[in-house]
Amino acid sequence: MNRVRKRRLGVALFVFFGSSTTLGLAFYAMQQNLEFFYLPDRVVSGEAPTGKTIRAGGMVVEGSIDRSNEDLSVRFELSDMAGSSFPVVYEGLLPNLFVEGQGAIVSGTLDESGLFYADQVLAKHDENYMPPELAHLHTTE
Amino acid sequence: MIPELAHFFCVLAFTSAVALALAGFLGARQRHLAWVKAAKQIAIAQFLFLLCSFIFLDIAFLLDDFTVQYVADNSHTLLPWYYKASAMWGDHEGSFLLWTLVMAGWTAAVALRSESLSFDMRGYVLSVLGLINVAFLLFLLSASNPFLRAFPLEVTAGSDMNAILQDFGHLVHPPFLYLGYVGFSVAFAFAVAALLTGRIDAAWARWSRPWTNTAWALLTVGIALGSWWAYYELGWGGWWFWDPVENASFMPWLAGTALIHSLAVTEKRGAFKSWTVLLALLTFTLCLVGAFLVRSGVLTSVHAFAIDPERGMYLATIVALVACLSLSLYAFRAARLRSRISYRGISRELLLLANNALLTLALAVIFLYTLYPLFYEWLTDGGRVSLGPPYFNRAFVPLMMLLAGCLALVPIARWKRTPLSLFRPSLYILGGAFALGLFVPLIYSGALHIGVTVCIAIALWILSTHLADIYRSRRSLTMSFLGMSMAHMGFAITVIGVTITSGFSVSQDLRLSVGDEVRVGDRTYVFEDLRIVNGPNYVAHQAQFVVGDVRLLPERRQYTTRNTVTTEAAIRPGFTNDLLVSLGEPVGDGAWAVRIQEKPMIRWVWLGAVIAAMAGLLAVFDVRYRRLRLREARLVQEPQLGGG
Repeated sequence: MNRVRKRRLGVALFVFFGSSTTLGLAFYAMQQNLEFFYLPDRVVSGEAPTGKTIRAGGMVVEGSIDRSNEDLSVRFELSDMAGSSFPVVYEGLLPNLFVEGQGAIVSGTLDESGLFYADQVLAKHDENYMPPELAHLHTTE
Repeated sequence: MIPELAHFFCVLAFTSAVALALAGFLGARQRHLAWVKAAKQIAIAQFLFLLCSFIFLDIAFLLDDFTVQYVADNSHTLLPWYYKASAMWGDHEGSFLLWTLVMAGWTAAVALRSESLSFDMRGYVLSVLGLINVAFLLFLLSASNPFLRAFPLEVTAGSDMNAILQDFGHLVHPPFLYLGYVGFSVAFAFAVAALLTGRIDAAWARWSRPWTNTAWALLTVGIALGSWWAYYELGWGGWWFWDPVENASFMPWLAGTALIHSLAVTEKRGAFKSWTVLLALLTFTLCLVGAFLVRSGVLTSVHAFAIDPERGMYLATIVALVACLSLSLYAFRAARLRSRISYRGISRELLLLANNALLTLALAVIFLYTLYPLFYEWLTDGGRVSLGPPYFNRAFVPLMMLLAGCLALVPIARWKRTPLSLFRPSLYILGGAFALGLFVPLIYSGALHIGVTVCIAIALWILSTHLADIYRSRRSLTMSFLGMSMAHMGFAITVIGVTITSGFSVSQDLRLSVGDEVRVGDRTYVFEDLRIVNGPNYVAHQAQFVVGDVRLLPERRQYTTRNTVTTEAAIRPGFTNDLLVSLGEPVGDGAWAVRIQEKPMIRWVWLGAVIAAMAGLLAVFDVRYRRLRLREARLVQEPQLGGG
């Protein structure tokens, strides 16, 4: 093998191993940090893990929104409209289309007592659009 | 009558596209110059037909012709005329018509400006572009027809435009984005034509470069506009969300960035040939993947259009066909491409190789992170996962910083090999930049922050080595050199903006009533007043905040027809700092949820992108390309070609 080829092989090997290592690490990091999505029945039944960042979603139960009088904390319930619902607490601004009787998705952690501490609340962004996660709830409504 | 005319012209455009694909191919294949010349006229005709179609449909919007289903669904009598006009691309069908119009525009531009290409190359290029037009128009006419009539049973005023889109951003963001997206079809067509004719050389690269640069610059502007628009219109001060659809536009941008660099090596050194061709194929395929992701409803996103499985299938078929056909062609032909190149140590070739490796890697990571949730759902039959933005940043930022480090060395490195001693002064500059970078976090937060320091230091390093280089060669500046340097400096400016605004933005969500005073950052905000204002098709609560001598009027608008709410943040823009107040929902007892933010250096994020885009266009006007065009036009006279 001449010197040019040897050097070219070196560069190719470096690029190959460098990129596969990076991709491998990226994949590993992703596996560790995926947020799994749960519907209300699985949150209630205890299938959803506690203390780990997850997502959950359902319809905001009518009349369940309870705001604090001092700060921006709010408590509400998400339901699958089929008998299961769980309480959520959140502090901060709610999305514009967060409305009773409409779908919402929360991201955060579940505690032992079944209370969901949301870091983020997502609602649908226009009246025709439904998050795919909740599409089948909408149709059974 | 008017919508029928629009429909009719669209069908005419479709038949022209079929004719274009055939004429170009036959002309190139059977060496008939007349066919290729005809292809040019057909391409122009197709563009004019689609332009008529577009204008007529837009007239239907301006005239409130609610017998057209698409108009009735997306417009309203109370909209101001400019929103009626732009409501046309507010939903899937109309925006796809805009997309096909842009595609036809690029095709016509290539037809007009490719006189000096060898005529078989020209025929193949036009034929490939024609085929892409056929696929798009077929999709438009069969699965997303915006011209259909639906006679309403009662008089209606229209069901209104999506409230978020009633904004200047919607007038400009989609057109620029599409110009960029679709523009990569030209690079794609050149690559396919090159594979078919087997001629990939410096001349080929020189031909592709201006087109690719233009598409890249327009896509850059489109993405920057989207980010700026999200910042002020979505109302909460975010400017990049790693939203799947943002990623769908960002992936072709990364591939396109790699492509313009790799084309440079192919032109200057005759190297990286097969890789350049592969990148050109990949970039356009990624644009189509983007269209699929946005328009099929497979992903959850603010941008996603309504879900329709038929459309998704059709678009997936286009993506699959384009990818399979072009990649198999590549597989058969690429082995013929040989590039001889030798370089040692740190050279421009090596830096450009690093550029391509890092950009491709970043692209791969984003592709993985964006599409993994889809694969997961598919594999587990409905299981859903998502990945938060912090993880995107954690993977993406280090790769970009490595890239930035390579970038700073560009002005020093020479082709083939560079004596190491040349790099020594730039290391002193890096030291200086690092010292300056140490101060930045101290000024903003009073504490050290090593991540910020590293990013700022590298950005300053890039700026200084490039400025020094421009100064050194001030007597012999060419447009392409200036373009390259400016684009790199634009990147550095964006890095500074992103670093500081991500590191030192202040944001507080508060519960406030009229008369309250709060301190956020170093400023005191007074909530002075709240009143109700009436817009043409909405009612708004407007708050009045006073900060020093600045008056900020954030609104929360209730659009009456669709009963949707939007937040109109009040922003005091500044070159080094933005103040931003957004009004959330009422929280009882006359109090309101309010978000108050300070966003230092946020403008630099877009400023850098705009500078880079202008630089990309500047390089297109390099005399080299014009001189070449003249020379080849003289060399390639028609009689020589006509005989074959």
